[in-house]
Amino acid sequence: MSRLMPLLTLGVAALFLASLLIGPAPVGVLDSLSALILDDGTPMTLVMREIRLPRALLAVIVGASLGMAGAAMQGYLRNPLAEPGLIGVSASAALGAVIALQTGLAAAFTLALPLTALGTALLGVLLLLTLAGPRGASLTLILAGIAISALAGALLSLVLNLSPNPFATSEIVFWMMGSLADRSMTHVWLALPLSVLGWLMLATLGRGLDALTLGEDAAQALGIRLTRLRLTLVIATASVVGAATAVAGAIGFVGLVVPHILRPLVGARPSRLLFASALGGAVLVLAADIAVRLILPDRDLKLGVVMALIGAPLFLHLIYKTRKEFA
Amino acid sequence: MTALLALQDLSVHRGSRPVVDHVSLRVGPGECVGLIGPNGAGKTSLLRAALGLLAHQGQSNIADLPAHARARQAAWMPQSREIAWGIDVEAVIALGRTPWLPRGGRLRPEDRAAVDRAIRRMKLESFRHRPANHLSGGEQARVLIARALAQETPLLMADEPIAGLDPAAQITTMEVFGRIAAEGKAVVVSLHDLGLAARHCTRLVMLDRGRAVADGAPGAVLTPERLEEVFALRAFYSRSADGPIFQPLESLR
Repeated sequence: MSRLMPLLTLGVAALFLASLLIGPAPVGVLDSLSALILDDGTPMTLVMREIRLPRALLAVIVGASLGMAGAAMQGYLRNPLAEPGLIGVSASAALGAVIALQTGLAAAFTLALPLTALGTALLGVLLLLTLAGPRGASLTLILAGIAISALAGALLSLVLNLSPNPFATSEIVFWMMGSLADRSMTHVWLALPLSVLGWLMLATLGRGLDALTLGEDAAQALGIRLTRLRLTLVIATASVVGAATAVAGAIGFVGLVVPHILRPLVGARPSRLLFASALGGAVLVLAADIAVRLILPDRDLKLGVVMALIGAPLFLHLIYKTRKEFA
Repeated sequence: MTALLALQDLSVHRGSRPVVDHVSLRVGPGECVGLIGPNGAGKTSLLRAALGLLAHQGQSNIADLPAHARARQAAWMPQSREIAWGIDVEAVIALGRTPWLPRGGRLRPEDRAAVDRAIRRMKLESFRHRPANHLSGGEQARVLIARALAQETPLLMADEPIAGLDPAAQITTMEVFGRIAAEGKAVVVSLHDLGLAARHCTRLVMLDRGRAVADGAPGAVLTPERLEEVFALRAFYSRSADGPIFQPLESLR
């Protein structure tokens, strides 16, 4: 544990640097970095500041958000299979994005797509809280989340189904694979405030999540206000996942796999897992986004696809390793 | 007498049916109260309502406290023994210190001392660094009892804490409860083992269909008539040089 956090921090820093240095423009390490820091009037400054920096920053933001929200959700539900998408936010955000793409709104101005996605994510959360109620049990929350995901998924399919425009359809399909390519600092400024707000809220949950290890009754008797914890969790998860989906599309497996990998390394304490998973998520998304650019640089391989290709076998391996524990 | 637990006309309804029916109870320092009654008598509901974990009518001095103050006044060991993750035994027991920790949540020396006392009391030294979910059911129960002890509250409430423990551990646990009470705290435990209840509790409260039908010293509560009426049980009860001996003999159902 004592060495894990510095190690993960180092990993984030190293991969962040690598992410800044990898791209189609063949420029040396020192030249790239000096172009980033000093505006030397060359196109390289533009490449570094407007293309590579936002991409690396978004990888950190999205990864940390998904990792941390996944750890919090697993801790709250006391279930290693929980993931942040469970409460229906990613599905409702995706629906908003698809509507923006289909109606052509996305082409009207840069932020149209992420803003619509955030709007529908908010609608999804409001619907969730209305359905599950402020005092609802965790099971009600899951069921409401599944219902909302199903509804958003159905509406999304309807949009695709009725789409008269094959270009919009293919654009939608590619968007849904999730990517950090061609994002600008505007996207960073849109996602950052919501994400930071969500991180701060999630960070307050550590003590409550630790106590929940003993069940809801025992946690309440330890002075944890469960209603408040649940509301904080839902709002925080909605802001970080809503923001991440709005700028990057649907990126799965981070929130599921990262807490699962790191849990044994932090003595299984949910509070420690929160912060470790934030760093671990950033590491994983940075690495996958670098892989996307290295493996097939000219084919626009999608981040979400690579993530799933890494995530699913990793998950299978974990299941294989821990199957005795579940038996 | 300053009561550590004071219930006044406490009632709990499931639908329209009362599962706890106007129970009044005062428990003071030094008492180890055994809550007895057949299945469905309302023992768990009474304890949970007293703690404010269940909607109720009537008064409970504990339920009336704000969450944080309540956790420093009463510790609770629920019947369902949940330990979700493979956390160290020591860390599980340290969760009992949650209400006492300052912001940031690091254990202070006095918290570590409380954890050590709880570990010694429940004789868990050899389990200290093992993942709690690798222990047997009875061992987990002892860890959870230690967790409640580590909370070091004036009042300890436990719902069937000794179910599933081996005989020696059952006796040890009841002795620990007795000692805690003797130190000036109060213990309220629900029990099914009337023999242990008779030997180790200073006082018994008998529940039947939500009502407290008897309250007093074990010998005065466990009368043949009440055992027959409430428990449908015939039993042997006598005082010996080894203390009171209670043995159920036959079911009258």
